[in-house]
Amino acid sequence: MATTYRTCPRTGLQFDLDADKLMRWNAVAGVLWLLVGGITALLVILTRWPAIKLLPADQFYLILTAHGIDMLILWIIFFEMAVLYFASSTLLRCRIATPWLGWVQFWLMVVGGIMTNVAIFQGGSSVMFTSYVPMQAAPHFYLGIILFAVGALIGCGVFFGTLVVAKREKTYTGSLPLVTFGAMTAAIIAVFTIASGAAILIPTFAWSMGWIKEIDAQLYRMVWWALGHSSQQINVAAHVSIWYLVAAVVFGAKPLSEKVSRFAFLLYILFLQLASAHHLLSDPGMSAEWKVLNTSYFMYFAVLASMIHGFTVPGAIEAAQRKKGFNNGLFEWLRKAPWGNPLFAGMFISLVGFGFIGGISGVVLGTEQINMLMHNTFYVPGHFHATVVVGTTLAFMSITYLLVPTLFKREMLFPKLCQIQPYLYGLSMIVLSLVMMGAGTLGVSRRHWDMAFSGAPFQYEWPGAAYLMMGLTGIFGVIAVIGGGLWIGLVVLSLLFGKKLDGGATHDKPVPIPDQTVAASAGHTGSEEHANVAGTVVLAMTLLVCFVLYYFVNWKYLSEVWGLS
Amino acid sequence: MSAILPPSERLWWKQSISSQEWAWIGIAFVWAMIMFVMMVYWHINGKQNLSNEVYKTTTEMFQAKTDAFVKENTIRTEDSLVNPDLKMPVVKPNAKGEAFLLARLWSWYPILELEAGKTYKIHLSSVDYNHGFSLQPTNINIQVIPGYEHVVKMTPTKAGTYAIVCNEYCGIGHHTMLGRIYVK
Repeated sequence: MATTYRTCPRTGLQFDLDADKLMRWNAVAGVLWLLVGGITALLVILTRWPAIKLLPADQFYLILTAHGIDMLILWIIFFEMAVLYFASSTLLRCRIATPWLGWVQFWLMVVGGIMTNVAIFQGGSSVMFTSYVPMQAAPHFYLGIILFAVGALIGCGVFFGTLVVAKREKTYTGSLPLVTFGAMTAAIIAVFTIASGAAILIPTFAWSMGWIKEIDAQLYRMVWWALGHSSQQINVAAHVSIWYLVAAVVFGAKPLSEKVSRFAFLLYILFLQLASAHHLLSDPGMSAEWKVLNTSYFMYFAVLASMIHGFTVPGAIEAAQRKKGFNNGLFEWLRKAPWGNPLFAGMFISLVGFGFIGGISGVVLGTEQINMLMHNTFYVPGHFHATVVVGTTLAFMSITYLLVPTLFKREMLFPKLCQIQPYLYGLSMIVLSLVMMGAGTLGVSRRHWDMAFSGAPFQYEWPGAAYLMMGLTGIFGVIAVIGGGLWIGLVVLSLLFGKKLDGGATHDKPVPIPDQTVAASAGHTGSEEHANVAGTVVLAMTLLVCFVLYYFVNWKYLSEVWGLS
Repeated sequence: MSAILPPSERLWWKQSISSQEWAWIGIAFVWAMIMFVMMVYWHINGKQNLSNEVYKTTTEMFQAKTDAFVKENTIRTEDSLVNPDLKMPVVKPNAKGEAFLLARLWSWYPILELEAGKTYKIHLSSVDYNHGFSLQPTNINIQVIPGYEHVVKMTPTKAGTYAIVCNEYCGIGHHTMLGRIYVK
């Protein structure tokens, strides 16, 4: 079958029209699930806000289950499929392998997503995202996730196939671009993740059908988290790739060193899978040695990788800016960055929020003994709203400011609102994460309908500060929902009513990169040789100081609780 | 635009790395090692480590053990706020300092009465779903899993009335699952 390509006249990026369509449909499906996830987010927030307490208990637990599934799985993985196709077919300027399988991916994920949501909204499957056995959901709750996962696995297969096509048809020379390399690590982790998911969800489905009598509750938790956490590592690899992509597109930034950045991605593959252990630190079934080994040796090498990316991404931007002459002092390069460009603003808030808030809190939470201070408290969702929402979702939102004109051939409407959106969403989400963690530090539980414990045989009064934190959670949660809703509104309206842009000439063979475009290399490509990035060094050291202080403060807290041995 | 194009040097793995990058990698690595050593150090010198003593059990067996413990060691009963007919036993650990605490839909059973400064072996398990032992206001959180009897050694530090919040979602009555520990 003949393949048709078009070259975007604004960026020089080349799209295989089959891949183009797949990307658009996957991205749109992701946005629609984000809409469902956003509505459920608002309902969750308004219920946990003690002054409002909107929903009754049964509806709250139902909506919270939907929020977890629709955001963490459906929105993010649909969007990641678009990212995978972009990073392979578009960046390698080749045809996409087996586009029909891409459609199998898409429809399986659509059917699976709807099936699981139907199960949730029917009311018999309010088991939360984690669905710990022996609490049982309806069979189609599990079946939907399994179908969705099979779809995602096929998507990864199409991605790998496209890498092979590009190599064989020699559409590029040498090694993969760094962004594609990062996407490849995401896809490799995805295969592992989905295999783990199959290992636990297929037996669980059989159990819900009555074919299997029992599943060990501890075993379930261990294998499930190889799905639950590793899928977050897919997100990390994907959004770090997008950071590099945005740095390249906005600044023409080159990685400080290809070797270091690639090695850091490799560390994700080698060690992050095992980080699922840090969900089991307060569990009975594992020994202390197992916990220490898995959280230190394995997890810390992955943390090392994130700390490296946290240095090399701003470092690459600094090097590019200094080359352009923004050389005064430590931070002129940052002050003179295009803060009014939502593509950059979103990406940079994502980077800083992920590192300072999500990263530090995650490592502290994942310390064997300190985990007992926070396990299953509101601290946990506070932490992962800083990683998955500020990190992944905001990075995905920022890249759409590039994708709407390039991929969808529409101009973004309301440019002023577009400029505000990443700040509104990113900053409110950062504050939200902080106050959620504050409430969790005071002991407030996650997944809990009523902090006043009405109907309980005893009374327990949380400290006033906990109520304050939950009130702030309500306020900043609502602001964040507005920021997210604004993004959905801007994207959907622009897709429907934005000015149509020229899609570029079509041709039946891949063409070389046009000169003087975003996609072209200005001068030479490759690493920025030994650039001075003093400002980035200062930023990184600031991160380290915050990290060290916060880490030891928590040991101090721990030393004050009851003796445990 | 090198991040979206192949690296120009085909042998990119042979490039040298700048001293600033090396320094940061070194610092981050050392910090990771310090964090590793802290966990091990706390096992040797810290006073808050989660017990490794765990036995496989069944819900019936654990229920029977808890019932026997309550029968032998109850010191008084207490009224529930929601059900005046329900007399909740307040139980002291036995002579060996052992006590049982059972999680079920949706209560912690029984009420325990401990003394500050003494060390107890608390046997924790669930007879139905996962539950979360969240001791407030001191803020200790432990996962409670059916089929696993977790023997946690606890040393209360201060007298007072403590609440056990369930912080693992366990169904529609989850938020009413509140237990109590008295420390004299």
